[in-house]
Amino acid sequence: MNKQMQVPIIGALILIVFAIAVLVYNEKKTDELTETANKNASLLIRDYSPTTGDAGAKVTIVEFFDPACETCKAFHPFVKQIMAANPGRIKLVLRYLPLHKGSDYVAKLLEAARLQNKFWETLEVIYQTQSEWASHHNPQPEKLWSLLRGSGLDLSKAREDMISSTIAKRVQQDLSDARQLQVNKTPGFFVNGKPLVRFGSEQLLQLVNEEIRNNY
Amino acid sequence: MNEASVKQSTGNDQAGWNLIFACWILATVATLGSLFFSEVMGLKPCVLCWWQRIFMYPLVVILLVGMYPLDRRVVRYALPLAVIGLAFAFYHYLVYSGYIPESLQPCDQEASCAEIDLELFGFITIPMMSIISYTAIIVMLVMFRNRTKQNGPNQDRIKE
Repeated sequence: MNKQMQVPIIGALILIVFAIAVLVYNEKKTDELTETANKNASLLIRDYSPTTGDAGAKVTIVEFFDPACETCKAFHPFVKQIMAANPGRIKLVLRYLPLHKGSDYVAKLLEAARLQNKFWETLEVIYQTQSEWASHHNPQPEKLWSLLRGSGLDLSKAREDMISSTIAKRVQQDLSDARQLQVNKTPGFFVNGKPLVRFGSEQLLQLVNEEIRNNY
Repeated sequence: MNEASVKQSTGNDQAGWNLIFACWILATVATLGSLFFSEVMGLKPCVLCWWQRIFMYPLVVILLVGMYPLDRRVVRYALPLAVIGLAFAFYHYLVYSGYIPESLQPCDQEASCAEIDLELFGFITIPMMSIISYTAIIVMLVMFRNRTKQNGPNQDRIKE
């Protein structure tokens, strides 16, 4: 082996080993996470979890989300698009995973909005105004009260409701379910109990389409 | 220094070139290995890990540049990086094994430097791998420097 070729050859070899290690590791991780999800299937959906879409739909997307997470915001219209493209076949269940500072406050606010049947409208406003209240260095979720003015939500009632212990327990429950299911990033997706391991919109679409094919 | 004397001083030193090449392989494996831990396995690098990365990653580039053509002065640039990196690795090892308490800094949500995330075969930890690679790189760089010194004094200085 001459000197000129040694580096490219060894370099390529190292890269190949690296790529194989990535593949093997991801494969193993997928199996592991799928098994965890299967074992803890009862933790995926709680009876109180906000749900949208046809009740009889055979494909269920469970999304662990954080209202302050930009990627969750970006994925929200995408998920709605997938649902609109498959009318009646998909339902969406949201779970709270408030990882950012101040996010649990917003999760509680959303729960309070749900008592007024305004969950989805409120979520829309919260995502639209995310840049105004959810700076990661200085989150100001209290700003939402003025941002939500005119949304039709009874703000003073929501303020009272969100301090209830039931709501606090639900948010805690979601957090602990996420931990059990090994979801530590948002958004965390499950489609009919199968975890989305390699994150991406293309991969999510694939997983959903697969489940639609299997069930319809 | 004309073309001919450059060739004479470094050109045919295959064994010396191999030493730098071995250093480069180590640095590359260490770099990709650390990226595997953080990007593939999702282990968050702690602050001390970052300092060790900062001094390891440039070695991949510097050593490679020093190999084409073989430049004996590559030691001048690579050795300081490796020595500082080793110091961080050694400090990290002490924190890891509990000789130095980590509690001197306030807690935050970042990864803890004292927490043991990974043990291969039950005893090889990340700081230990870091110490081993830095040490091996330093040893080989010093061997390379000694070789070139033997070939003739003052040759690792540029003659005007």
